[in-house]
Amino acid sequence: MTKQLMSGDQALARGVWEAGVVFAASYPGTPATEILESLAHYPDVHAQWSVNEKVAFDEAMGAAIAGVRAFVSVKHVGLNVAADSFMVFPYGGTNAGFVVLSADDPGTHSSQNEQDNRYFAKFAKVPLLEPSDTQEAKDFIPLAYQISDLFATPVLVRVTMRLAHTKGLVEPGARVTFPKKPFVKDNLKWVVPPFAKAHRGPLENKLRALEQYAEECPANYVEKGTGNADYGVITSGVVYQYAREVLPDPDFLKLGMTFPLPKQKILDFCARYDQVYVVEESEPFLEEQIKYWGVRNVVGKERFTNVGELLPEIIAQQIHGTVAPTDFSKEIPTPARPPMLCIGCPHRGTFTSLNRIPGITVTGDIGCYTLGGLPPYNTMNTSFEMGGSIGHAYGFERAGEQKTLAVIGDSTFLHGGIQPLMDAVYNGGKTTVVIMDNRTTGMTGQEDHAGTGKDIHGQPTKKVDYETLCRAIGVEFVKHANAFRPEEVTAAVREAIKFDGPAVVISEGPCVLIPEEKAKPKVAFTVIAEECIACGLCFHTGCPAILTSPETYRASASQKPRPKALIDPNICVGCTLCAAVCPPECIVRVDGKPWGA
Amino acid sequence: MTHNLLFAGVGGQGVVLASEVLALVAAAEGYDVKQGEVHGAAQRGGAVVSHIRFGARVYSPLNLRGQVDVMLAFEKLEAVRHAHYLKPGGVIIVNDHRIEPTYLNTTVKYPDDPIGFMKTKPFRVLTVNATEIARRLGNERVASLVMLGAVSKFIPLKAETWDSVLRQRIPAKFLELNQRAFAEGQRALQ
Repeated sequence: MTKQLMSGDQALARGVWEAGVVFAASYPGTPATEILESLAHYPDVHAQWSVNEKVAFDEAMGAAIAGVRAFVSVKHVGLNVAADSFMVFPYGGTNAGFVVLSADDPGTHSSQNEQDNRYFAKFAKVPLLEPSDTQEAKDFIPLAYQISDLFATPVLVRVTMRLAHTKGLVEPGARVTFPKKPFVKDNLKWVVPPFAKAHRGPLENKLRALEQYAEECPANYVEKGTGNADYGVITSGVVYQYAREVLPDPDFLKLGMTFPLPKQKILDFCARYDQVYVVEESEPFLEEQIKYWGVRNVVGKERFTNVGELLPEIIAQQIHGTVAPTDFSKEIPTPARPPMLCIGCPHRGTFTSLNRIPGITVTGDIGCYTLGGLPPYNTMNTSFEMGGSIGHAYGFERAGEQKTLAVIGDSTFLHGGIQPLMDAVYNGGKTTVVIMDNRTTGMTGQEDHAGTGKDIHGQPTKKVDYETLCRAIGVEFVKHANAFRPEEVTAAVREAIKFDGPAVVISEGPCVLIPEEKAKPKVAFTVIAEECIACGLCFHTGCPAILTSPETYRASASQKPRPKALIDPNICVGCTLCAAVCPPECIVRVDGKPWGA
Repeated sequence: MTHNLLFAGVGGQGVVLASEVLALVAAAEGYDVKQGEVHGAAQRGGAVVSHIRFGARVYSPLNLRGQVDVMLAFEKLEAVRHAHYLKPGGVIIVNDHRIEPTYLNTTVKYPDDPIGFMKTKPFRVLTVNATEIARRLGNERVASLVMLGAVSKFIPLKAETWDSVLRQRIPAKFLELNQRAFAEGQRALQ
């Protein structure tokens, strides 16, 4: 077949399909999201969004134990959520092939931390592959399944953002299919806890066998340079590409399988050169293992930072001393273009509302609404990880803090918010929770979830009813409010805070980027300048479409004149929030038609 | 020899689509190609930068600072932000178009003369009124194709390959408009 241009994520999906995978699950997370999105377009494989990564992992694990090839993809922090399953799975091992893909994010381009998930492979005693470009991304997935089958073990494949989101050429192959393996009941194998002790030793034996395999694995090979170097380079992943770009001369030991390592191959390689650079991004995962064997001529993190991305210019500088040109853009003013809530985003209404309630502390969560912790809102006061907000609010309450409430998005609530809410009910908390329901998983690109009523293919399915759910776990106060009507949201939240028990306010408004919202005709709003009293309340919504007018207003001669508001009709989408907060009601639709209700 | 290009602009201007079209053209002519950009939180109005490299064998998907042959800047401020990626003598093709940032988190104001500033640096700065041309053609969104037409003069890729990729990649009902925009871009720098 002719080569096709694919992103790393698309190539991984292709690899999954070619490997004959029958079941694949994931929870959206940048930079891994597009793998499942892409896989959903292939036939003969069930691809789905699960409510969180642990559920996705367990489902895929079930499918693999039952006898079909299964796949789960996560962003790096997603593997933390699934770690409970991941750590124990190798004890029983798998029946059919099982691969978990982790997409890490050095440089935290869209993540809350940098986390080198290669350590998870060592931690769980699971083999690890690291593709370095799109072709390898596609090819390493069937290889991972071969290893999984050969050693009856889950396999971890790790990529980083630069591979996941880089397009390159891929030569596609055909799909191989396997008949389902029988599931033979064998409690000694599949009922792990009583026999964990019995599994522990054999797991080490499996690792020894995998070490032998690593020596022969075609993904680990020496690649000759021009020969004009007295040093060697050991590297893996996309950093191989960076290093080869700037270092054409030395021989490379390019590692595609990085746990367990091919010890003899590495020792032989190191013995051939005066010095060997271990060039790896993030943590010294390879270096620590090689130095542990007593190899003395290896240089790694002494030269190559573990902070952020290990860009090619850093490698060139550390080895050749070449200095990249400095960024001269700061010689003149260059205002940043930071991420912001979209024009028409319902979260803007919720934050505007919460900012009207004095004296509250807001624990927050992960999503587009994490921007609520930044100007112009500064509404949210904590945010660390998925599903943390409700537990945090309950903890604040137990620590004696008054008027703390949690904000959490709909997808995040289903991912990790239900259990802490149940816990607050059970333990007698009075936690107030605002579910910001925008009917999608917004930040990762509008994926459907268990609360949207649609599956990964956009087909109708059952839909969680948040109110019924909350009441069923014992929440006695549940109110709905329109996110674009601050008076509604504010009234409901004030009542919720006063309520003697856990209380939930569902602040509703659809994400402007979901297809049905995008398809709706947009009518911009305008300010009737003569009626504007320059109160500034519409500015407080933080909407970029609301500009300061050159016209001013003052109520009396003693007051300073203040600018009136002006709406940019080219970018306003008519969400109605500014009109809803305007006291003299001088913000109206450009077509003069009534709005609201 | 590897051709190193950088496309810079603002989310919503079509930077990613234009990069992908170029990558497809290079691939169709048998080059090895890598193209990538950061896309995280779904958002419009953020700075977008895309790296495109093609040649006999391309390793790094990222350009090195000081290595880029041609930068295509869809917006003036974004040209300034990324110009240090150019090699000395490199070409900047800049759309003479200003998109105001939202000043929600910053008090830094838009520079007075970003194009003049770049002309003080050792680059060849060429200006195209792509947005204006696109408006004249009836749709501001095809400014990205005007830009692509302009940059095509600086890349050794065949006219018929550009044409066949545009035919594949652009929906039929917008094809003619996009082809005209591309042609206008080619003429703009003559």
